[in-house]
Amino acid sequence: MPPAIELFHVAKSYPLYRSLSAGFKHFLLHLPRSLQDLRAPRHLALRDITLSIAPGEAVGFIGGNGAGKSTLLGLMAGVLSPTTGRITVRGRVCPLLELGAGFHFELTGRDNILLNGVLLGLTRTEIQARLEAIVAYAELEAFIDQPIRTYSSGMLARLGFAVAAHLDPEILLVDETLAVGDARFQKKCQATMAAFRQAGVTLVLVSHNMDDVRAVCSRAIWLDRGQVRLDGDPTTVIDAYLQETSHAPAGP
Amino acid sequence: MRWLRQSLDLVLTLTAKEVKVRYKSSVLGYLWSVAMPLCLAAVFYLAFKVVMRVPMEHYALFLVCGLFPWQWFANSVQAAATILLGNASIIKKVAFPRAAVCLAMVMNDGLHFLLSVPVIAGLLLIAGKHPSLSWLFWLPLLFVLHAALVTGISLVVAAVNLFFRDMERLVVLGVTLLFYFTPVIYSETMVPAPYDSLLAFNPMAPLIICWRSLFLGGGVPLEHLGSAALWAMGILFGGMAVFRRLSPRFAEVL
Repeated sequence: MPPAIELFHVAKSYPLYRSLSAGFKHFLLHLPRSLQDLRAPRHLALRDITLSIAPGEAVGFIGGNGAGKSTLLGLMAGVLSPTTGRITVRGRVCPLLELGAGFHFELTGRDNILLNGVLLGLTRTEIQARLEAIVAYAELEAFIDQPIRTYSSGMLARLGFAVAAHLDPEILLVDETLAVGDARFQKKCQATMAAFRQAGVTLVLVSHNMDDVRAVCSRAIWLDRGQVRLDGDPTTVIDAYLQETSHAPAGP
Repeated sequence: MRWLRQSLDLVLTLTAKEVKVRYKSSVLGYLWSVAMPLCLAAVFYLAFKVVMRVPMEHYALFLVCGLFPWQWFANSVQAAATILLGNASIIKKVAFPRAAVCLAMVMNDGLHFLLSVPVIAGLLLIAGKHPSLSWLFWLPLLFVLHAALVTGISLVVAAVNLFFRDMERLVVLGVTLLFYFTPVIYSETMVPAPYDSLLAFNPMAPLIICWRSLFLGGGVPLEHLGSAALWAMGILFGGMAVFRRLSPRFAEVL
């Protein structure tokens, strides 16, 4: 089977948009410097990454801030494109959204499920068919016709996870945390994750929480300043990572 | 085929969201969208008819017929500047077609314009005129042209504002200037000789002329309709090209 995600010498750099976001006025007043800023890519987020993730694998990316984890996730989600190199993603990608992203707080839970679903690429009929299951999974039957500004953050997290869990993802991208809701709902999330793994869903997890990576992943990749430092089984990689960070002098 | 279905559902759902949010955040949602152009009409009537005595029959009606379509244009184009910033969290995570956000906004304002047509009809009746049956044919056509033109400009404004954040101020200025260069508060026939040719460079002029002539007389001047259609198509495709060129970088700059 071809890999689900394949990166071939991928590098990603961001131009300095500072001169741009300061506006037209600043851009024109400092024209020579602004043009120079645009041409010279300064911030190198990823440099020369080559790796492939097989279908059904659960890969956890770890590394310090600025290591390039979020950029990598953005490339896999298709919202960023590589500066050089090639990335191939085979299968339907579903990002597990952070709390409240893609939600509108004046709308009801039901409307938000619909909104989130179409943004993630489903048709209205597909969502309608899953609506009851999503509501039941999120355990929000009593509140589903209330505007979500009345929801607690735990309820929002449950709603978000419930939508993602019902999208039939082939590749699930998870940023930061799996721990949503109370202890009981977290158990449910973990069970769903396990079911996804059983069903052969490819899982990519970016996390600072080593317990999550150990519990869910079959492979861990340590990113360090935009490069792969170590790639292997989670225990080995996490131990090496923790060892280095514990030796490093405490940052400011 | 599936892609078309998905995109259509996306625009529909986003439009429904915009409409619902507008009505939920204020009970007077509809009243508000009608009150704004009516208030403007009252102010211009006072300034130009009562004070400066413009010799024109039914001047209040004349104003309303131009101001309602103008308001759709102005609202959408000005809101376009911040529409992508407002959806930053989702744009950074999900690769959905970004243009849908702009299209939904234009459709929301367009829907409110349609809802104001009965107000125009009511004012016609008060003035002793009446709506014409030909509206049924021309109104959808002008609506599509207007939506295409507004969408084209909105796409450019939305995309460029991410890179130059002061675009927002320029747009407010530009819309205000364009308002006085467009025959909304005066008729195109009143523009004196050397300046009347400038109207040919104003994309909004032929559309406003068509709307007003439809509302007041029931017909549409074909030469203006032709140039309105050319402008609308040109700006829509130009806007799509700019948007498509810049959209891969949206997630980088947000």
